[in-house]
Amino acid sequence: MKRVLLSVTATILGLVALLGYKTHGQVTTASSGLPSASLPGGSSTTAPADPGSTSSVAPPDPTASTTTASSPTAASGSVVSGSAASTFTGAAESTPYGVVQVRITVVGKTITNVAFAQLTAFDDRSQRINSGAAPILLQETLSAQSANIDSVSGASYTSQGYQQSLQSALDQAGI
Amino acid sequence: MGTVFSLDVRAPGIDHTGIDAVVAWLHWVDETFSTYQADSQISRLGRGELAIGQCPPEVREILERCNELETETDGYFSAYAGGALDPSGLVKGWAIQRASEMLAAAGSINHCVNGGGDVQCTGSAAPGTPWRIGIADPLSPGELAGVVAGHDVAVATSGSAERGAHIIDPHTEMRTNALAGVTVVAAQLATVDAYATAAFAMGGRAPAWIESKPGYHALIIYADGRRWTTPNFMAHQ
Repeated sequence: MKRVLLSVTATILGLVALLGYKTHGQVTTASSGLPSASLPGGSSTTAPADPGSTSSVAPPDPTASTTTASSPTAASGSVVSGSAASTFTGAAESTPYGVVQVRITVVGKTITNVAFAQLTAFDDRSQRINSGAAPILLQETLSAQSANIDSVSGASYTSQGYQQSLQSALDQAGI
Repeated sequence: MGTVFSLDVRAPGIDHTGIDAVVAWLHWVDETFSTYQADSQISRLGRGELAIGQCPPEVREILERCNELETETDGYFSAYAGGALDPSGLVKGWAIQRASEMLAAAGSINHCVNGGGDVQCTGSAAPGTPWRIGIADPLSPGELAGVVAGHDVAVATSGSAERGAHIIDPHTEMRTNALAGVTVVAAQLATVDAYATAAFAMGGRAPAWIESKPGYHALIIYADGRRWTTPNFMAHQ
């Protein structure tokens, strides 16, 4: 299990790095506020766990041309003509705080995109600032519906669900 | 260990070689320092199978820094906190800080490295725009307790939210610690990470202690929902 997680971690590392510099500064993943790769900004998270269907998610970066996530009708495991990319959706994993489901796009044996099919603990609608008795750290963000953040500190409780779902997707892809 | 690391490298970006080097570094840190691997250097050192002189210099560096931190934190940070040798409270932040430095050495000007919720930022998210790091609310999962904005900034959070996935017993946590979470913010992640760990362990003593550390900012969230910040945290850019 440890070695699997390590390879998963390395894959994520390489993947995020790949996306990061390929897009030459365009904010693809982290602008949606997740500490890992590629959450399509503003996406609906009502996608069912059925890997055969996808919500109409699209990465915010239009230059991520090898992904199939931009096609609302792309089914898990299908091949999109012209790019020879396949998508695989991992099992939806429950964490104490929500459901995590990961979808990967593969070209050959290379993962070219990772997206969250579901991440209910962190979808934009629930990501509001607790404005109870909280001191104001940044005045312009407390009143915002969406915090528009680059990364999150202290959120590692979603990691386990993410890794399990990602491993599920990797198994399907045969990587 | 299972920590998820992410690298967010923005324009002008760097060559793939620099990224590969960071990936290799993080693997090496895990192989050397993982207490979950019986044959890691740190595990073998802890069992007395190795002498410190037989370990890579980074191991000595970490252990020496742990000793210093034990003094700096009035004993609340210790590499022997659980009985066996475990410098993990320093290693993760240190590894991420080093990764960030490696990216800079490779020519990156703007990047953000996150490892399991510990974050080291360099430069800007976009021209003229600071990085914005959300702080997970330990009492309201899925929500943020605040957002830290900064350029060359490190953010580490210690507390029940961070450990919730492993120790799912919020009632016990609340009985043994008055704090739900501590977020520490300063320039460099290695010490920030260790300070967050120590501050959480300190419980009610944390505010006075962190206030005594110039240049360190903190947000403390108590189990009963009260919050405290260092005096000039809100002006922290």
